[in-house]
Amino acid sequence: MQRETLINTVLTLGLLAVPLAAWAMDEPYTITLATKVVIFALAGVGLNLALGLGGLVSLGHAMFFGIGGYAAGILASHAQSYEPIMEWPFLIEGTQSMPVIWVMAIVVSALVALATGALSLRTSGVYFIMITLAFGQMFYYFTISWPAYGGEDGLSIYVRDRFPGLNTLDPLHFFGLCFALLMLGLFIVARISRSGFGLALNAARQNEARVRAVGIEPYRLRLIAFVISGAITGLAGALYADLNRFVSPVMFSWQTSGEIMIFVILGGVARLFGPVAGAALFIILEEVLGGVSDYWHIYLGALLLIVVLFARGGLIGVLAGRNGGGGHD
Amino acid sequence: MDLVLLIEQLLNGLQFGVMLFLMAAGLTLIFGVMGLINLAHGSLYMIGAFAAAAVASATGSFILALIASLAAAAIAGVIVEMVVIRRLYDRDHLDQVLATFALILIFSEGTRWVFGSFPLYLDVPSALSGAVELPFGISYPAYRLAIIGIGLVVAFGLFLLITRTRIGMRIRAGESDREMIAALGVNIAVLYTAIFALGAALAGFAGALVGAIQSVQVGMGEPVLILAFVTIVIGGIGSIRGAFVGALLVGLTDTMGRVLLPVLFGAFMNPSAAMAIGSALASMSIYILMAAILLFKPTGLYGSA
Repeated sequence: MQRETLINTVLTLGLLAVPLAAWAMDEPYTITLATKVVIFALAGVGLNLALGLGGLVSLGHAMFFGIGGYAAGILASHAQSYEPIMEWPFLIEGTQSMPVIWVMAIVVSALVALATGALSLRTSGVYFIMITLAFGQMFYYFTISWPAYGGEDGLSIYVRDRFPGLNTLDPLHFFGLCFALLMLGLFIVARISRSGFGLALNAARQNEARVRAVGIEPYRLRLIAFVISGAITGLAGALYADLNRFVSPVMFSWQTSGEIMIFVILGGVARLFGPVAGAALFIILEEVLGGVSDYWHIYLGALLLIVVLFARGGLIGVLAGRNGGGGHD
Repeated sequence: MDLVLLIEQLLNGLQFGVMLFLMAAGLTLIFGVMGLINLAHGSLYMIGAFAAAAVASATGSFILALIASLAAAAIAGVIVEMVVIRRLYDRDHLDQVLATFALILIFSEGTRWVFGSFPLYLDVPSALSGAVELPFGISYPAYRLAIIGIGLVVAFGLFLLITRTRIGMRIRAGESDREMIAALGVNIAVLYTAIFALGAALAGFAGALVGAIQSVQVGMGEPVLILAFVTIVIGGIGSIRGAFVGALLVGLTDTMGRVLLPVLFGAFMNPSAAMAIGSALASMSIYILMAAILLFKPTGLYGSA
């Protein structure tokens, strides 16, 4: 456990040091990469709550990532065109204020997670994987064929949204915002996993019958976990939209769901900092291998295979030993 | 909406459904017997299509191309099963999803490496290139009609294989109790490899047949893969009959939805809004169908709990 804490500290400091060094050397691209790591890690932190702690293998988390992205995109596009989103029964106007956008992304993702989770959790095993995948695909095809917000071409945010007191156009300021949210997300998940709720959720993953026998209903635990998980990933989606100043249906695609899952697995399932390590490794691989070969996905695939087949605890599992994280059974 | 168009679309839906069945049959067999979720099944479909396109352009023979698609996909299936897949049978679904997702990355990029990013084209054989006159003055492409025929024949052959032959008996035994048939002296490793190769060959065959209608390109397998998953989930995972019913349901719902929903909304909306809502809903229709079926039967139409 102590070794894992050490690794987590090193990861956090490294994640802070890289953009600061890049800022000192005037390399804004590296800061953007670090921001990408932070945002992907936050998306993974969301999934890790459902997947690692709850044992819910969701292949539809791109749904929440995309909803967060489109919440940012739609609000910003209405603010840019000065057209209200709706005038009746009450007036809703677009906005470029990040806190408002974040709240919107979190609320909408949570509501969608509540609705889809309530339906999906009636099934289990493969059926759960497939029905979450199907819900994700529903949103994907809907955004492709719905012309109002760009359809297949996506939607541009011409000027990055604003946050009071900061210049979000400065890459370092934007990184700081995302980093703070990642830390907040990690803090919340850490608290949850140590709470009575988290323990019961973990127990329901390991032995559903016993949890039932002591009078806890796993369905409700899982639904709450799914909603919180979706909300966190939705927030990451809103940040990702602002990072690229662009949203498109690709955010909803099932490959995105697969990638978010890869962050969690590469780092280590149910490890608190697993998604952070996984996202960092993914982006480093993308940069290093992408420079060596256009076909870097082959190497990514091979690495992923090796991790799944031989190194089951992921990066943190390999470094910290198998007895670390709370999620092992 | 006239009757001729409607029947043409019905046939299109049937053709789509029959192709989906070829994909779904392998997936559902592999899941039913080995308990494996194989996301890389779409890659085997792609391999079949690429092998067919390469052989057709080298020899000019469509028959040889189809044989090549079967052989290439089956060989790829055997290799993948022996190197990777057999390590996954005892793992949980999460590991299976990830490992086969990794295989997709490897296959897709590998194919792009060998064949390049541009789509290949596979021509419809000249004997089947025209249209056939059907009753009621409908003319329908002969090739699509042939696909429906071939698909139904393969489905029937699969049915015979599973219900009437010794290997089929072993497959069914494997579905109900793996340990027991191993204990009875059936070489389970060989049986698994054979089932995987059979599923792969069917997928590759479907890829080659569809490749002549659409273009042959990297990434062609994944949309079909997801539809095939929807199909087997609707039908009940592990059930061949369920896969057949599910494939026809998905094929017809998707095709007819795209035609009928815009018309339906056009009855009480202005045309452009009806088009937008209709086509948006149509593209989601099969997923809505799947969610609805799972709500009432959480293990699919023919699934066992």
